Amino acid sequence: MVLDYETLKFVWWVLVGVLLVGFAIMDGMDMGVGALLPFLGKNDPERRVIINTVGPHWDGNQVWFITAGGAIFAAWPAVYAASFSGFYFAMILVLFALFLRPVGFDYRSKLDNLQWRNTWDWGLLVGSAVPPLVFGIAFGNLLQGVPFHYDEIMRPWYTGSFFGLLNPFALLVGVVSLSMIILHGATFLQLRTEKVIADRAQKAVTVIGLIFIATFALAGIWLALGIDGFEIVKDRPHDALPVPIGKEVIIAEGAWLKNYSLYPMAMLAPALAFAAAALAILFSRAGRAGWAFFSSSLVQLGTIFTAGVSMFPFVMPSSINPGHSLTVWDASSSHLTLNVMFISAVIFVPIIIAYTTWNFWKMWRVVTVKEIEEQSHLAY
Amino acid sequence: MLDPDFVDLSRWQFAITALYHFLFVPLTLGLTWILVIMESVYVMTGKQVYKDMTKFWGKLFGINFALGVTTGLTMEFEFGTNWAYYSHYVGDVFGAPLAIEGLMAFFLESTFVGMFFLGWERLSKRQHLMVTFLTALGTNLSALWILIANGWMQNPVGAEFSLETMRMEMTSFSEVFFNPVAQVKFIHTVSAGYVAASMFVAGISAYYLLKGRDLGFARRSMAIALGFGLASICSVIVLGDESGYEAGEVQQMKLAAMEAEWHTEEAPAAFTVIGYPDDETMETKGAIKIPYALGIIATRSLDEEVTGIKELVAHNEQRIRAGMIAFGAMTAIRAGEGTEQDKALFEANKKDLGYGLLLKQFTPDVVDATEEQTALAARGTVPDVTLMFWTFRIMVASGFLMLLMFGLGFILMARRRLESHRWLLRAFLYGIPLPWIAIETGWFVAEYGRQPWAIGEVLPTFLATSTLTKTDLIISLTGFIAFYTILAVIEMYLMFKFARLGPSSLHTGRYHFESPTGGTATLADAPAAPLKD
Repeated sequence: MVLDYETLKFVWWVLVGVLLVGFAIMDGMDMGVGALLPFLGKNDPERRVIINTVGPHWDGNQVWFITAGGAIFAAWPAVYAASFSGFYFAMILVLFALFLRPVGFDYRSKLDNLQWRNTWDWGLLVGSAVPPLVFGIAFGNLLQGVPFHYDEIMRPWYTGSFFGLLNPFALLVGVVSLSMIILHGATFLQLRTEKVIADRAQKAVTVIGLIFIATFALAGIWLALGIDGFEIVKDRPHDALPVPIGKEVIIAEGAWLKNYSLYPMAMLAPALAFAAAALAILFSRAGRAGWAFFSSSLVQLGTIFTAGVSMFPFVMPSSINPGHSLTVWDASSSHLTLNVMFISAVIFVPIIIAYTTWNFWKMWRVVTVKEIEEQSHLAY
Repeated sequence: MLDPDFVDLSRWQFAITALYHFLFVPLTLGLTWILVIMESVYVMTGKQVYKDMTKFWGKLFGINFALGVTTGLTMEFEFGTNWAYYSHYVGDVFGAPLAIEGLMAFFLESTFVGMFFLGWERLSKRQHLMVTFLTALGTNLSALWILIANGWMQNPVGAEFSLETMRMEMTSFSEVFFNPVAQVKFIHTVSAGYVAASMFVAGISAYYLLKGRDLGFARRSMAIALGFGLASICSVIVLGDESGYEAGEVQQMKLAAMEAEWHTEEAPAAFTVIGYPDDETMETKGAIKIPYALGIIATRSLDEEVTGIKELVAHNEQRIRAGMIAFGAMTAIRAGEGTEQDKALFEANKKDLGYGLLLKQFTPDVVDATEEQTALAARGTVPDVTLMFWTFRIMVASGFLMLLMFGLGFILMARRRLESHRWLLRAFLYGIPLPWIAIETGWFVAEYGRQPWAIGEVLPTFLATSTLTKTDLIISLTGFIAFYTILAVIEMYLMFKFARLGPSSLHTGRYHFESPTGGTATLADAPAAPLKD
């Protein structure tokens, strides 16, 4: 084994975070684009321009999501089992929304019928906006604890309801997540389009960026003042076999802020999210779309790690039986599995980044209405 | 105790979504290689018609691919949403191949498939061919990891139950990877995909030949499809036979059910070609048998027995009793009351713990099961023989029929007499569903034949579900059926539309519906010219 068990458990917390950030930067980009599609494109050629900015990329980007899911399955099977089944209808909703994307991208322009195309455009909107909204709502619920517990054979039982997920704080986090993703799509569109579409994208960056900053700040204040956190008072050894029911956990006011005083470096995450969002707006307004896109990528990193750091080492706290909460230390796979997965990630992630870069390099251009008209039968 | 109806609904949902997903996967697996062949010929000869072929069949591939991706998402979600205890119990082993599939294969396939469709103008010839090749490689590697995961469900090697974490934990990654069941299944499954794609291309090309249009395009497509198809169907059959042998080794009940082998015969056992198995009386009426054949197929010998269902049930009953002891000892140990004797008992009977869990459907405590319940659980280790027997035979018959078609088609084509045999062209056209029939029945045999286990001899299916309600499942299953029906209608509409339109849909001006001469072979043979669109 390359690393000891405790270190590997921590490394996998970082790696899951990296995969989620990868998902937000890559797939979030074309989800943001999809969510803006009917608003930034006023006619069919304009909409085709917008779709074709992500045309050669959306499928590869989507794999960040699939791999993040697969990695959670393999690295934290307990979390995968409890969260996917607990949030059953939320997950089914995300899934049905995601159905609309591959077929939407691929089938939309296959028929020369305006009603057909308009219908798919709204399908792409739903498929792109619903997942980030629901993921935000899910995070909002994780921060408040989820009503689940284990029975004697370690089967997870969720005792809440679907509508219980839609509480005000969770909805606010949903808006944070959605605006974060749309902001990113808007900077990307400003970078890859021209004229009227790029102008509209720039306006969207400002508006959505401000919404993100406001809701992110509000959620932070609410979390500090109104949401009780979880704290481990007696834990099993971190390098022990993962058993999620052998610890003592209390629910305490302000517990989610504890990591920030324990590790002041953690403050970097929310600071990065705020600063990068402000920079994205400023760069966008200055016409520096490339820098705006880079900044909005950092917004994803800052925001996702803010959520992760606030909860660390918790991943999925239980509100009805805090002792059954899932943490980095007790929801993981075996040492061997984490090790095999770690080696795979070390080998394949650089390769993936290399060929993804080549893909963007070869396909990079400002997409224009003229290009779409010339390649009408080839483009999406 | 979970409602049995709820368990059934969970199984229906998984079966429907998985079988639906696998309508699209085979074509992706095979068509990508056919595209590689076509494009390679284009790069080597520079003939425009091969580029048009790559683009046109690529268009149909794209229509199919979109739904493959869409419905694949469901599969990943469902392990967590609907099979939470499964995910908890075996995620340590099962999750790894899925995650590696994402990292190694799915990224590759999906990143390059976008460039395949949209990169024609931006990549050199060789670069584009490389992109097509990497897409094909990605899809096939993807199948490798998925079948390693599935192979482990059939034959869970390289893992051990942990008392402390109450789940299976991986002990050897290489054993999981080199699982013989997985390796055989992989080749059998991808070859079946190649056959499906060959049949698809051959059938649609036959349609153009029958209509007498775009002949140069259709003949060349037909030639590639027949050659690739003949090689692939041979591979499917050889590896299918190997699969039967592996089943004889590690999944005796599945093999016995497929062959309606009610009791152990004297070696070498006869093979029942056809007959009417009766699950009630446990005998097959009107059986036509070939002496020795089953013994040779299943054991590769003349003196080994093929164990029959009745003997396996009796054996399983013993294992259930041992499993009860393991479960009792486990409960005591986990409650902190375990003595040294409990630990010894657990170690001695641990391999039968899964059999003990079978009793959970009757009594939550397992150890207090009655004689009757034990016998019932043992009887429950037999999948429905009638269903297994017939679906297996439908698969095999479709396979041999296709062998005949590809063989005959190939010979006639080589002698340039294919087009005068219009009945064979029609057979190819109307035979397009054949590989799908074989593939879907094949998966049925593989997965239903594994019942009552989710993980062979480790975790019963009824225990593997999430803790949801019947209402939850009715709602989601209705949603899936509605969504999938609409998607199927749209997909079929587009597929038929573009298949009928043929290469004219490329708008090159060279084909039937767009040129006054009606897309003759000579026009399509013209050297590469810059594309107008």
